[in-house]
Amino acid sequence: MTRDERPLGSLPPWLWLALAGALALQIGFRAWQPAAKIDPQDLPPAPPATVLRLAALGERAATGRLAMLYLQAFDYGATNPTPYRRLDYRRLLEWLHSILDLDPRSQYPLFAAARVYAETADEARARLMLGFIEREFLVDPDRRWPWLAHAALLAKHRLNDLALARRYAAELERHTHAPDVPLWARHMEAFILEEMNELEAARIMLGGLLTSGAVRDPAEARFLAARLKALEERLAREPH
Amino acid sequence: MPAAVFIRLALLEARRGGLAWLAVLCVVGGVALGAFIAQIAISETRLAQAAIIAALLRLSAVFILTAHVVSSVRREVDERRLELMLALPLPRATQYLGRLAGFVVLGIGLAVCFSLPLALWAPLPAVLAWCASLGCELALVAAAALFFAMSLAQVVTALGASLGLYLLARTITTLQAIAAGPLVEDSLTRRMASAAMDGIALLLPALDRVTRSEWLLYGSPRAPVLAAALCGCLIYAALLAVAGLVDFQRRAP
Repeated sequence: MTRDERPLGSLPPWLWLALAGALALQIGFRAWQPAAKIDPQDLPPAPPATVLRLAALGERAATGRLAMLYLQAFDYGATNPTPYRRLDYRRLLEWLHSILDLDPRSQYPLFAAARVYAETADEARARLMLGFIEREFLVDPDRRWPWLAHAALLAKHRLNDLALARRYAAELERHTHAPDVPLWARHMEAFILEEMNELEAARIMLGGLLTSGAVRDPAEARFLAARLKALEERLAREPH
Repeated sequence: MPAAVFIRLALLEARRGGLAWLAVLCVVGGVALGAFIAQIAISETRLAQAAIIAALLRLSAVFILTAHVVSSVRREVDERRLELMLALPLPRATQYLGRLAGFVVLGIGLAVCFSLPLALWAPLPAVLAWCASLGCELALVAAAALFFAMSLAQVVTALGASLGLYLLARTITTLQAIAAGPLVEDSLTRRMASAAMDGIALLLPALDRVTRSEWLLYGSPRAPVLAAALCGCLIYAALLAVAGLVDFQRRAP
């Protein structure tokens, strides 16, 4: 692998100047170019799950997660006061559905749907996302119950729609049978009807998720804890 | 003129190596695939043909040129023909840049050849813009392949490095967007990763902005956009050429 080389000092000065000039030109040109900006309107239509499966070349789990990372890049500028508010939610739902169809065991699309996109301040968009979570929950209730439980809390506290929250809670009770589903989730309706504020409910739910083993990933636990803290700060600012 | 001799040698080697046949095969394959797409697409048939074939031909051109440059240069080095050339009374800069010019001309030929079938499905101005962009992109690819083939001693490592650089340059903008995402915990590590991505991006060409299939679908790019794309490729090709020249000047004897 080694080869005889002349010392660097033997090179003509004009060559060093040319190298420095070319490097400076490259860095200057790239720095001058406007930063790539992904506009929310640029979210393209979602490919059907069959196309994603074809493109995955057998690596469905990896492709599903790559697609989620790609999807997350939209509206990542976070320059708008409420992130994701400007996204085309119908397209977003198509994307999430296709990705979930690609790898039905992945929780990533529903995590993003419940914890990120459904928490938008735009009620119409939030309801679209909650509807998606409900539909997908019914496909695999024992695995996807945490997201409908969160949807029930959002319906009660963010949308102030108690009827919707109770419907989600009833579906949770009716369809979940796995032994690892915590008691509070099986009796979600009572949990919903209890007189507690959003923060208390969120604390109980997060604690339940952690103790039930539904949240194992450290990054996810950190993310949820950060959300809880943000909720605490928001409620502290709001007048009682 | 010595540079013209090197260009002629590069073209002669490509012809004898069957590169022209490979290019024709790609074009024929592209046209056949276009006909197949026309049979199965139920909407936007022309757009689907143009987009899929353009993306496929672009990748084919990059791979063919990279493989050709790397194998050609490594063969020349391994058979000690390069040492013989170095013994000739020719400046090294002429030798290196002459070789590069030969490969660039080859890349331009490939770009023209691969653009021809696209005229079947896309308007001519858009095809011309796409062709010019692919030509500049292939000039960059040729410079990168020549640089790595001269610097690295094995075909596989040189090929891997060339294609790795290309892949990174095509994906760096997406990586930057992902690294800057607000969902990830805001920590020192994350900020460092994001800054590292931005730093790496400064040292790479923005290949995701050149030779875009959407030009063929939705009309030619505006002149400043096309000019920025072409300039970006040429600047980076020049940087690689000078870097390669530095390495070539150090080569003994």
